[in-house]
Amino acid sequence: MISMLYLMNARGDVVISRQYRDDVSQATTDSFRLKVLGAKEGGTSAPIRSIDSSTFVYCRHLNLYFVAVTRSNVNPSLVLEFLYQKIRVLQAYLGDSFTEDKVRNNFTLLYELFDETMDFGYPQNTSIDVLKLYINLGKQKARVVEDQASLTSQITGAIDWRREGIRHKRNEVYIDVLESVNLLLSQTGGILRQEVTGSVMMNTKLTGMPECKFGLNDKLSVEKDKNSSQAGKSGVSIDDCTFHRCVSLGRFDADRTITFIPPDGEFELMKYRVTENINLPFRVIAAIQEDGQTRVSINVKLSATFSEKLFASSVVLKIPVPENTARCKIKTTLGRAKYSPEDSAILFKLKRFQGQSESMLSADVTLMPTVNKTAWSRPPIGLDFSVPMFTASGVHVRFLKVFDKSGYTTNRWVRYITKSGDSYNIRI
Amino acid sequence: MPSKSSKSAGGSDSRFFTTQKKGEMHELRQELHSSDRSVKVDAVKKVIANMTVGKDVSMLFTDVLNCIQTDNIELKKLVYLYLINYAKSQPEKTLLAVNTFVKDANDPNPLIRALAVRTMGCIRVERITEYLCEPLSRSLRDEDPYVRKTAAVCVAKLYDIAPELVEDRGFLEILHDLISDANPSVVANGVAALSEIAETSGKDVMKISTSVLQKLLAALNECTEWGQVFILDSLSKYTPADAREAEGIIERVTPRLQHANSAVVMSAVKVVLNYMNMITAEDTIRTLTRKLAPPLVTLLNSEPETQYVALRNINLIVQKRPAILENEIKVFFAKYNDPIYVKMEKLEIIIKLASERNVEQVLLELKEYATEVDVDFVRKSVSAIGRCAIKLERAAERCISVLLELIHSKVNYVVQEAVVVIKDIFRRYPNKYESVIATLCENLETLDEPEAKASMIWIIGEYAERIDNADELLDSFLESFEEEDPSVQLSLLTATVKCFLKAPEQTQEMVQRVLDMATEESDNPDLRDRGFVYWRLLSTDPEAAKAVVLSERPVIEDDTSKLEPELLDTLIRQIATLSSIYHKPPELFVTRANIRASADTDEDEYAYEDENDVGAEDGGGGGGGGGPVDLLDMGGVDLNGGSNGVANGGDAGGDLFGLGGGGEGGGASVQKVQVCDGSSSGGVVVSVGFASANNSPSMEMDFVNNSATPITSLAVQFNKNAFSLSPANQAINFAAPIMPGSTGSFSLGLSINPAMAAPVQPGVPAPPTVQVAIKRLDNGSVFYFAANFELECIFTQSGALERSAFIATWKAIPDTNELYSTVQLSGSNIDVAIQKLAAKNVFFIARRPVPNAPDQEVVYVSCAGSNGTSFLAELTFKVGVNACKLCVKSENTSYSGLAKDAIERCLK
Repeated sequence: MISMLYLMNARGDVVISRQYRDDVSQATTDSFRLKVLGAKEGGTSAPIRSIDSSTFVYCRHLNLYFVAVTRSNVNPSLVLEFLYQKIRVLQAYLGDSFTEDKVRNNFTLLYELFDETMDFGYPQNTSIDVLKLYINLGKQKARVVEDQASLTSQITGAIDWRREGIRHKRNEVYIDVLESVNLLLSQTGGILRQEVTGSVMMNTKLTGMPECKFGLNDKLSVEKDKNSSQAGKSGVSIDDCTFHRCVSLGRFDADRTITFIPPDGEFELMKYRVTENINLPFRVIAAIQEDGQTRVSINVKLSATFSEKLFASSVVLKIPVPENTARCKIKTTLGRAKYSPEDSAILFKLKRFQGQSESMLSADVTLMPTVNKTAWSRPPIGLDFSVPMFTASGVHVRFLKVFDKSGYTTNRWVRYITKSGDSYNIRI
Repeated sequence: MPSKSSKSAGGSDSRFFTTQKKGEMHELRQELHSSDRSVKVDAVKKVIANMTVGKDVSMLFTDVLNCIQTDNIELKKLVYLYLINYAKSQPEKTLLAVNTFVKDANDPNPLIRALAVRTMGCIRVERITEYLCEPLSRSLRDEDPYVRKTAAVCVAKLYDIAPELVEDRGFLEILHDLISDANPSVVANGVAALSEIAETSGKDVMKISTSVLQKLLAALNECTEWGQVFILDSLSKYTPADAREAEGIIERVTPRLQHANSAVVMSAVKVVLNYMNMITAEDTIRTLTRKLAPPLVTLLNSEPETQYVALRNINLIVQKRPAILENEIKVFFAKYNDPIYVKMEKLEIIIKLASERNVEQVLLELKEYATEVDVDFVRKSVSAIGRCAIKLERAAERCISVLLELIHSKVNYVVQEAVVVIKDIFRRYPNKYESVIATLCENLETLDEPEAKASMIWIIGEYAERIDNADELLDSFLESFEEEDPSVQLSLLTATVKCFLKAPEQTQEMVQRVLDMATEESDNPDLRDRGFVYWRLLSTDPEAAKAVVLSERPVIEDDTSKLEPELLDTLIRQIATLSSIYHKPPELFVTRANIRASADTDEDEYAYEDENDVGAEDGGGGGGGGGPVDLLDMGGVDLNGGSNGVANGGDAGGDLFGLGGGGEGGGASVQKVQVCDGSSSGGVVVSVGFASANNSPSMEMDFVNNSATPITSLAVQFNKNAFSLSPANQAINFAAPIMPGSTGSFSLGLSINPAMAAPVQPGVPAPPTVQVAIKRLDNGSVFYFAANFELECIFTQSGALERSAFIATWKAIPDTNELYSTVQLSGSNIDVAIQKLAAKNVFFIARRPVPNAPDQEVVYVSCAGSNGTSFLAELTFKVGVNACKLCVKSENTSYSGLAKDAIERCLK
């Protein structure tokens, strides 16, 4: 299991470390600094390295490396998941973009968290909600002894993500369905890859220990309730989904119902993946021609295919140009575009873009003559966007039922948004 | 809110780092003794702050320890933290804290009870363990689950320090009972602790029975994500009784594939894959195959680090069960902004999944990659195209045309990589695609890397008859022959010879020049040897030369990064472990080194530790298959006598020479000495002797297995030694496992490896010992022993000296180098003695009567060690006396003592 955990800054200083086993020595931090940071390959080398028969598993948060060292044959996913969770825990305590200084300023808290989340290299309780119940340096309250027993059963309990006795004046649930579309089009406009990854984010403010039942218009579950009101409509076929640990996986496996006792506050209920029947919100037609050694002419048409009642926001089309670009003459019918030398691209921005509308961009690019004869690598065009109240997969929430002993009523709000994923590219 | 907390009182700890003035320690000490509680807390924080930045604050040990008696839990935690760090340096004083620990372990507050148990386990001071047992056994039965779960892990901690204590006190049984605990967290930690103990001890402490199995499966639904991983990992080590049980467990495990935590998913995949081997029903297999694909694909949507882990594992899975992902090749297409380490892994899987159905798409994709920016990725993509061609015969033509397109781009490294793979394609499909040679020849001047040059030269030589100006092309390379890389030189030599055999008239002068350069001007032995071989072949029998040099070569196949079936099966069992990342079995990189004693010992650990290091980047390296085969380039002629020869030195020697040599080498006749009594080797008793058969030394080993598990295979490594000995083969595989309580033996062939030489100072006697490390591959334990080597085992056949040379040498060696002894013999027959010596390569030189002493006779003998040192000896016999006087002389006095002992042994 994990022998040592430490945080290291980009210069290679150990910000804080905690040794869980003594089969590694502090000196291993040096070998990591020399072999990984020193090689200036932080972003490019594999995140699992073996140096001097110790294995280093690491990931990054801003400029901080979270490094786990081990000498045994550990489960690497376990280590990585633990590191991610550790970062999330620290974010909850120190703020989303916590820095090295923040860590140093709270080292006693950090040590407590190191001790409570891991014992002898085995991950223990990492639930933020529960950790906050008893690790709260700085606003330490004297506690009465009978509290402790309920606290420990909370820490070790089957439902360690929610504490008992939560009360809210108004019982509300906010549901955000966030979809990101990944797309790769070939030069000829053929679809090489398209995929929607969705996540259902929830923010629950519910009293007591309510049991919730949640339903999407997933094809399999829709077909099951054929006789209900949804009859006639076929659902979306979801390739695969993963759930927050509060969801009873056994129930889902048996009859595809999503049941859970939610954590209080914000959490990601589920993630899903759809690869069929995707409504692509934009179409891009690009013609990019290299005329001889010194000129490139670009014509791009961008059209929105979604309903005209909806608007896309922050649409950015990134059209690559050669690195030796000297000048760009750009004309657009809608939106603004300018040449950005640091990106080697023309950035074409539309703040607000109505459904069913389209915009054209044409550009004349003049190149500086170079001695370097290698051809331009023609990287793909990239597109960034977000379209509220639209789901590319067609997924929507069918129901959310909340059952609690006290039988209160719950207000529900649902939002949808579709964004470009980390790669929405068109090859040119 | 988070920002607020750091500003509020006590939140900002930065002030504790700021005191840097002189007399700081003194001040701190006073503050630690302050009666004001907040001053005290701050002082401890300052101490910890100093500890964090790496300053030594161990001198405050007693003062910090004084603060331990407090009911402030925050202060207590800090003091405990300090203790864990410095206990090792102050073991005596740590005992002072024991009382507090014991008291805290009885505190009414469960958090404090758990804290005490947790901390005590972390203090690795042997003396404290005795005091730990009492509170630990109470905590294991504590009413509070939080204490129980902490105690469960503590048992594993204790086992690491004092395994006997854990076994004697019956903690293992209690731990086993915790699997049935009502609380899932306790179950999870109990499972984790038991699994670890099982792994380190090699004993089956887990003992999964049907009822335990049910409990584990039940706990699986309730545990935290981490607990689920522990349970799934321990399930994967269990072997179901039959297919029905396997199916039953799989059914309970498959819902885990939907978990958000990738570790849970990976471990579930591992269980399913392992149990699938038990299932024979085809439709069940098909259903499971269908079920496994989506979660694996989903993993590719997670963070890049997780993707990397998934991809390395998928690499194994597609080799074992290609059906799972055969339709999913698209998801492995690299995204433009994937990190390079993800792209490289994806590429590897694309090649594995490429089939005639999807090859069009794959080629388009690979061509796209070949225009990207990252050089390594581009190179690998180009070579991937070649590997597709080699793998898929029908797609070969398409692949070649893509490669030609890429060559036209004139990007230097693309062209070079393309040339290398085209050579491989030619080897796979001889005489099919030579039409592209013309294009290749246009790009000769861009080639500057040895591999590309060598490949191009190979192509020219191979197709010399079809290239009009083959001799001119080769000639252009010859100008810089001396500066070229050895691989290019070798390739040039062979190509020129081929060219000559095909068209002797035009190239006679050229081949002469090359042979001259290779044999006379080069100091590279490989090149010289090959040059001489060709020269002799050409001069004695040109027809035979043709048969050898132009013979048909075996067709190659793409086996880059393809794993042996046994290794693959081992690795599939290791899915979701580091082993699956490195694609190496765990025993090759897990070394349970104990740096407990002191941190600096790892400097002088055995040299073999370093060799076991695993480079994470073993990504298969570019290049096509068949690299090493090309070097020989001799067709089917195999001079090595097969690789078995190396595997078992003794036997192979016998095969080659076939001269019997008498029963000397037989394992049974060798005198063995017990070198390892089992106390430090987990119960394996080893006896060792040395022998020599047909001039190859061997180490004869007897094993007595007193451990609990059968020994199937061992890895052996020597430390550097005075004899440059190393095992010919590092693996010892027993034909039948040595069951507990029984014995087995093995004859380990030894070879002389100059790299293993431990320098011996002239004049200082060489140490006779050979230090040996043995690793049990079944449980990973390593033990060491030293055996005294017997020099006669490496006496060579060339140890005989000419009489005159003997006399000259004898006289040249100063008398001070002489060593004397008297050897008791069984008889006084000189001929028998000489025969005995001759059998061990100690050669008779002369015998003569001693003047003035008619009943005495002197015999001179000589022998030589493998490093060429000669030893001369004079034996004086006296009629009727069953003994002789021995005098040994050598220029190298370091070894003469050992030689004297060796000759004594030979005489007996």
